Amino acid sequence: MSLVDVQAAITQAHHEEWARAVASLTRRFGDLDIAEEAAAEAFAIAVERWPADGVPPNAGAWLTTTANRKAIDRIRRENHRDDKQKEAQLLYDDDPPGRLGVIDDERLRLIFTCCHPALAMETRVALTLRMVAGLTVPEIARAFLVQETTMGQRITRAKAKIKAARIPYRVPSAEDLPARVSGVLAVLFLVFNEGYLATGPGTDPVRHDLTAEAIRLTRLIRALMPDDGEVAGLLALMLLTQARRTARVSASGELVTLDEQDRGTWDAALIAEGHRLVRERLAARVAPGRYQILAAISAVHTSARDVRTTDWSQVVALYDQLVHLDPSPVIALNRAIAVAELDGPEVALAAIDRLEHKLAGYHAYHATRADLLRRLGRSQESRAAYDKAIELAGNTAETAYLTRRRGQLG
Amino acid sequence: MQYLVSVTDDTAGLATPDEMAAIDAFNDRLMAEGHWVFAGGLGAPSSATVIDNRGEEAMFTDGPFLESKAHLAGFWVMEAPDLEVALKLAAEGSKHCNRKVEVRPFL
Repeated sequence: MSLVDVQAAITQAHHEEWARAVASLTRRFGDLDIAEEAAAEAFAIAVERWPADGVPPNAGAWLTTTANRKAIDRIRRENHRDDKQKEAQLLYDDDPPGRLGVIDDERLRLIFTCCHPALAMETRVALTLRMVAGLTVPEIARAFLVQETTMGQRITRAKAKIKAARIPYRVPSAEDLPARVSGVLAVLFLVFNEGYLATGPGTDPVRHDLTAEAIRLTRLIRALMPDDGEVAGLLALMLLTQARRTARVSASGELVTLDEQDRGTWDAALIAEGHRLVRERLAARVAPGRYQILAAISAVHTSARDVRTTDWSQVVALYDQLVHLDPSPVIALNRAIAVAELDGPEVALAAIDRLEHKLAGYHAYHATRADLLRRLGRSQESRAAYDKAIELAGNTAETAYLTRRRGQLG
Repeated sequence: MQYLVSVTDDTAGLATPDEMAAIDAFNDRLMAEGHWVFAGGLGAPSSATVIDNRGEEAMFTDGPFLESKAHLAGFWVMEAPDLEVALKLAAEGSKHCNRKVEVRPFL
C-alpha cells in the first residue's frame, strides 16, 4: 500500500470512525474529556504506525481498542480512581437500550448531548464540530474566525457545564424528539450556511470545508433517523444548494445570481440525489416542515433549464406554505423575489417595502430592492439601495457582484 | 442530584393570589413525584441585611448586597436525575409563578 493510500485510509477512518469512537468512549467512561483525548491519541498513533505496519483489516475496531487503552491509561495515571469513578457517574444514562423506540446508535446520544438547548448556539456548533465531526480546535477556530484559545475555552466550558449540570447522555424521549431534532438541524444548517455564505473580509466566498462537513453530518443523522422528514428535507436542501456551488462564484470571485448561472456546471449527481429525497418526502404525504419546503423550492429551481422556464407559480405556492409555518420577514422577502418573476417587479417592490422596518439592517433586503428598482428604471433610487446593500454585505463575492451591478446603472 | 431553581423578579410585586395558588398546586405535585426538597418565597430586597464577619467584628449593613434591576424573589431546591428533567420542572415552575427562573446544579 502506498503512502498516499495509507493517508486516504486514515482520512476515511477518521470520517467513519471518529464519532463512533468518541461516542462509545463517552458511554464507557462517562466523560467527554477523556473520550475526546483518547480518540485523538488513537488517531495520532494510527498516523504514526499505519504507514509502517499497514492499515489493520478492521480499522474501526483497532481505533476503538487503542482509544480504550489510552483512556484507561489516563485514568490510572491520574491515580485518583475513586474521584474519577464518581465523576464518571455524572454523565450517566439509565435507559435500557431500545426503550425509546428510536434507533439508539451511540453517535445519536453524542449529537443530542452536543446540541443540547441548555448550551449556547455557538457552543453547540463548536462542540458538534469537535466531538462529532472530529475537527480540531484550530480548524474550528479558523472556520469561525476566532482565536484558538477562545475556541478552546468555549469547548472546555461546554464540557464542564455538561458534566456539572448533568446534561444527560441519551437520545431524548419520543415526545421531546421533534423539538430536539430541529435543534440539531439548526446547528447543521448554521454550519452549512457559514460555509456557503462565508462572512468576513479576506475569507473565501464559499468555505467548502464547512459545507462538506455539514453535509457529512446531516448524512450521518439521516442514516441514524431515516424516517424523519425534516432530516431528509435538510439533506436535500444542502445537496441541491451544494450542487450549484461552482456556478455560484465567477472566476474573478464575484457572486453569480441564479438567473445568470451556467446550469451546465451544476452537479447532476447531487441534484439527482436531492430530487430523490424531495420525491420521497412528497410520497410520504405528511405535512412538510420548513426544510422540506425549502428543499422543494430548490428542487423547482434545479429542475428548470433556465430562469424563464422555472415554474414560478409553484415557487410562490411553496413560499406561501412556508410563510404559514414561519411568518418571518426574511421568508417574506424571499417570497417577494419569486413574486417579481410571476407578477412583475412593481408588485414585488410593494410587498418588500412593507418589510422595511424589520429588515433595514439586512443586506439582502437592500440588494433585492436595488434590483427591483433597476428593473423598473428607477436608477437613482436603485443606486442608493445598492450603496446600502454594499455597506451591509459581509461576503466578498457578494460585495463584488453588488458593486458591478451598481456600476452598470444608467 | 439537586438543582437550585431561583426565581428572579424585575417588577416589585409579590405573587398574586392566583400565582400563589398555582405555585401551591405545583409544589404538591413536586412532592408527590419526589422532586420536592425545599421551596420558599423571599421578602423584598429592601428587607435584607448584609453581614460581613471576616474582620474582627461582625459588620451589619442595611439593604441588599447588590443593587440590581432584577432580584431573587424565591427559589426551589429540586431533586432530579439530570438537567433535562430539571429544565422541564423549572419551565413549569416559571409558568406557575409567572416569572423568569434560573437553574443551577448543586456541587
